Amino acid sequence: MKKPEPDNIAGNSLWKDATRRFTANRLAMAGLIILSVLVILCILAPLVAPWSVDVQNLSLGASAPGPGHLLGTDILGRDLFSRILYGGQISFAVGLCATLVSVLIGVSWGAVAGWAGGRTDAVMMRIVDMAYAFPFTIFVIILMVFFERSLLLLFAAIGAVEWLTMARIVRGQVMSLKSREFIDAAKGLGLSNTRIIIRHVLPNIAGPVIVYATLTVPAVMLLEAFLSFLGLGVQPPASSWGILIREGAEAMEEYPWLLIFPGTVLSITLFSLNFVGDGLRDAFDPRSSKE
Amino acid sequence: MITFITRRLFFQTVPSLFLIVTVAFFLIRLAPGGPFASEKSISPEVLKQLNTHYGLDKPILVQYTDYLKNVVRGDLGPSFKYPGRNVTELIAEAFPVSLELGVYALLFAILAGIGAGLLAASKPGGARDYLSTILSTSGICIPSFVLGPLLVLLFGLKLGLVNVSGWSSASDRILPSLSLGMVYVAYIARLTRGGLLETMVQDYIRTARAKGIPESTVMIKHALRGALLPVVSFLGPAAAGLITGSFVVETIFSIPGLGRFFVTAAFNRDYTMIMGTVIFYAIVIIFFNTLVDITQALLDPRLRSKLNEKA
Repeated sequence: MKKPEPDNIAGNSLWKDATRRFTANRLAMAGLIILSVLVILCILAPLVAPWSVDVQNLSLGASAPGPGHLLGTDILGRDLFSRILYGGQISFAVGLCATLVSVLIGVSWGAVAGWAGGRTDAVMMRIVDMAYAFPFTIFVIILMVFFERSLLLLFAAIGAVEWLTMARIVRGQVMSLKSREFIDAAKGLGLSNTRIIIRHVLPNIAGPVIVYATLTVPAVMLLEAFLSFLGLGVQPPASSWGILIREGAEAMEEYPWLLIFPGTVLSITLFSLNFVGDGLRDAFDPRSSKE
Repeated sequence: MITFITRRLFFQTVPSLFLIVTVAFFLIRLAPGGPFASEKSISPEVLKQLNTHYGLDKPILVQYTDYLKNVVRGDLGPSFKYPGRNVTELIAEAFPVSLELGVYALLFAILAGIGAGLLAASKPGGARDYLSTILSTSGICIPSFVLGPLLVLLFGLKLGLVNVSGWSSASDRILPSLSLGMVYVAYIARLTRGGLLETMVQDYIRTARAKGIPESTVMIKHALRGALLPVVSFLGPAAAGLITGSFVVETIFSIPGLGRFFVTAAFNRDYTMIMGTVIFYAIVIIFFNTLVDITQALLDPRLRSKLNEKA
């Protein structure tokens, strides 16, 4: 991501400045560390997890947290700690992929609207306004019910509802860049619109896009957990944190830890992601920090 | 005002509704499988009869125009899964329950959110500010489907203070409303705090202070009114969120509201029930957004002229 700097100018690049501000933000750094630990643990689940998730121990059944099973076991005797790690793989994967989908749609939509301006812009943003008011989760539910539930559909469906704010942000940025001199210069050189947008406009709006994408990840993970909780997201035998919370809520009367641990892990992750997102926003644009 | 509402109705409400109905209709019909696909014991003859009875054997465009005609007349069709009942009837039965839950949740969110925002803004950077920030972030990071079961576990199962589920006694309203409203406490507190910090530096606040009005009165009577604008505009998206939230909260607490009906209908592939609910939700949300716009104009004189000009 780092751009080459000319040698004779001794200045701080945007990225260097942002890094300095971000590392000075304790809450954001704490979030980043916790998040990294969680992600690494989940990725390394096959190595780290003390038990395989397929190992059922029906005679053991649900057992309270103890030395053998750190966070206890579920009704089928599966180790909860291992299930949380493997479930995390899917939860994080959905968070990442669905965010990518939403970034793709949002950036393209916003860039086209902002660049075209005029009537095209008015119509495109009117659609965004209208979509804002409608609970698109309803459409995601319809999609998940009527079409074969696959992870791919889940990525696409969630990504398709979370792009609206991104489109607004990108459009605003593109509009303000459009009148700058270097864009005029690029036009003067006879470059095509597509080339100008991709080579000259988009690199300049990377900051806000990264910031907002980071803030989209928790929203997306929340939506995945919400759908899985209703039974419309990730399908067993695959599991995600939403599934674990659903199973936990069903069994909480006798085995409360089955609800408490997955719920806590999800909340800690959401906390960390929000702190990292806020930290990035402050780092890239100190003026627009939280009121 | 009347021009504003009529214009809005024709240029915004009707086209959006039409779009929503069309997208939902074709999305559902194009999906593989029918409403009776899950009933395995059904014979081909009976299936054919059922399809004829509900008009499912006609070409899809004919079905679509028939459906639109009926919707305009207020008839959302018979339910596929509750024989002999029609969708309008079922919605009329279930919606009041959801409405009650939504109103309690929103009231809780507004009262607690504005309260927390006021406390935080009264001394920015102080302990109360810090506490209120932690509270609002937790509200956002502990989703209703975690908070709800946890509240049930603590107050229902361990302490035995309230019923675990149901919707009969007054105390049954408490936990669901808390679970549903908590997220919005967080957002409203943030918005109130931000709005207050912005208005507190305005000239008219200095004038009020110069008149010797006590600080608390300045804040509540003078600053809060201006600070609430962002909160009011947030209520539009919040209403949409409350509807989505009601799907899980009503499921967790076994509340016989429209949210649970929708989830059940979706699982049962009850075409008419899903379509009916989607249309009904769209109307509710559009109505609510118009209400929000009008309230905003009443709060801010600068916006008032807009009501008369353009929609």
